[in-house]
Amino acid sequence: MSEKSEKFIVPIGPQHPALKEPGHFEFTVDGEVVTGASVRLGYAHRGIEKATESRNWTQNMYLLERICGICSHIHALAYCLGVEKLAGVSAPPRAQAIRSVVAELERIHSHLMWLGVAAHEAGFETLFMYSWRDRETLMDVLEALTGNRVNYSANLIGGVKFDINADQRDTILRALEFLEERTAHYMDIVTTDVVFLRRTRGIGTTSAAQAELLGLVGPTARASGVARDVRIDAPYAAYADFPVTLILHNVGDLESRFIVRINELLESYRLIRQILDHMPEGELTARVPRRIKEGETISRVEAPRGELFYFIKSNGSDTPERIKVRTPTMCNMASVPVLGIGQQLADIPMILAGIDPCFSCNDRAAVIHQGDDGDTWTWERLRQYGIDYYRGQP
Amino acid sequence: MSAVFQTAITKAMRQIRAWARINSPWAIHFNTGSCNGCDIEILATLTPRYDVERLGVKLQGSPRHADVLICTGPVTRQARERLIRTYEQMPEPKFVIAIGSCATAGGVFRGCYNVIGQIDEVIPVDVYVLGCPPRPEAITYGMVKLLNKIKEAKTEAADTL
Ligand code: SF4
Repeated sequence: MSEKSEKFIVPIGPQHPALKEPGHFEFTVDGEVVTGASVRLGYAHRGIEKATESRNWTQNMYLLERICGICSHIHALAYCLGVEKLAGVSAPPRAQAIRSVVAELERIHSHLMWLGVAAHEAGFETLFMYSWRDRETLMDVLEALTGNRVNYSANLIGGVKFDINADQRDTILRALEFLEERTAHYMDIVTTDVVFLRRTRGIGTTSAAQAELLGLVGPTARASGVARDVRIDAPYAAYADFPVTLILHNVGDLESRFIVRINELLESYRLIRQILDHMPEGELTARVPRRIKEGETISRVEAPRGELFYFIKSNGSDTPERIKVRTPTMCNMASVPVLGIGQQLADIPMILAGIDPCFSCNDRAAVIHQGDDGDTWTWERLRQYGIDYYRGQP
Repeated sequence: MSAVFQTAITKAMRQIRAWARINSPWAIHFNTGSCNGCDIEILATLTPRYDVERLGVKLQGSPRHADVLICTGPVTRQARERLIRTYEQMPEPKFVIAIGSCATAGGVFRGCYNVIGQIDEVIPVDVYVLGCPPRPEAITYGMVKLLNKIKEAKTEAADTL
């Protein structure tokens, strides 16, 4: 960076292909402070929605599951719930309970992963390694249950593929016990570690009004005190029988996002135990015709990152006519350009981390000096810049 | 005497250089449009349970410092340019690992209008790791295969210097 040009644009991205919305951000910087920001989406667009129209109802389940490898189950679940609604069938209670168990396990894996990645962005490598080590316990559970570590394919249209037997139940409970202990420890770290708090407390604060205005969803909104959770507002699968406690925090800064997500972990542990203790008996699948009745429907579920929305339209054949997906990062992404303004450039990685986009992707950034030659910044360099910036502070 | 001495020194230096390169291949990870399933498994491979860093593989940010390009996902039209550019920025000798069914064959996304296909339609690939996503063990196995390949190529490259 040259000292001469005071104002320049820092484009970050565009690789962000985890969800359907790869992001490219451009931050205009005046010295250290971000004065303007914009988001551009659409880089890893593969054309999944169009592709669903040439695949049959069952094939689509596998395709849609692969929109996102992190929240794969919830995508398939939203799709299956929608198609079942169209076909006028509903999965048996035991299947619904198993769906909820897998969805909560997925939430745990996603939140633990986020905790690690966010810690990594802050330069807190130890926490990153610890949370990923602990996450492996959960991956073992998912693998034992479903046969795959990612993209579990637990759903069928009309039910689930596997049952949870007594052995598996014990495996899950044992893993939860271990994770609960670790989670308490993480809570302790993120609320007391002074170095960490300097990166999170009072940074990227979003008021409830702002969160409403921006249409934030999921833990990001709940950290600002917006009571919004599809599991509670419009219960699906087994959530009507096993209610979820709403986790709220009303400060709205990065620290509250950590607190909300860690509390959600604890809530998920409780919920899984409760479902496993009162597992309904019965069938695992209901019969669903190969052709789905004509009609259209929407289906909403709470993905780890917030509300996931599906619109499904059938013309009575064995392939859908239109499927529209809106993923939660799409909603939350809009907050980054707004929240970024007025913040230090060094805080940008953490603000981005705060909404929990899928990051493996935000790997490049370029600094373009106005009226000057471009210089390339990698994401790594921006992250390091943030860490060094805070290291230099008294 | 001094000529003999010189040759001996050069030879020893070559061997040291080859040894050093083999033992620590730096990798860059490039996501060309994957669903992230493969990417989180790559990260899992780097974290404590599997820990490929013990094999000397280190993930880092810049293609200019990398020996190995780890690719995930089918190649989308937008990613194609960047993939080629990244590949060209890497110094010789360079190697490519394609991770996952999408990267090796297009996977579920084959036929999507914005997907060109698998990685080897765009750049040459040395090691293919199958699975959707492959388990960290499989990724580690792919890395080991690659390390053997690097051993041959790097020794050759060092010999010609
Ligand atoms: S191989 Fe599977 S997990 Fe990997 S990117 Fe493709 S769909 Fe995702």
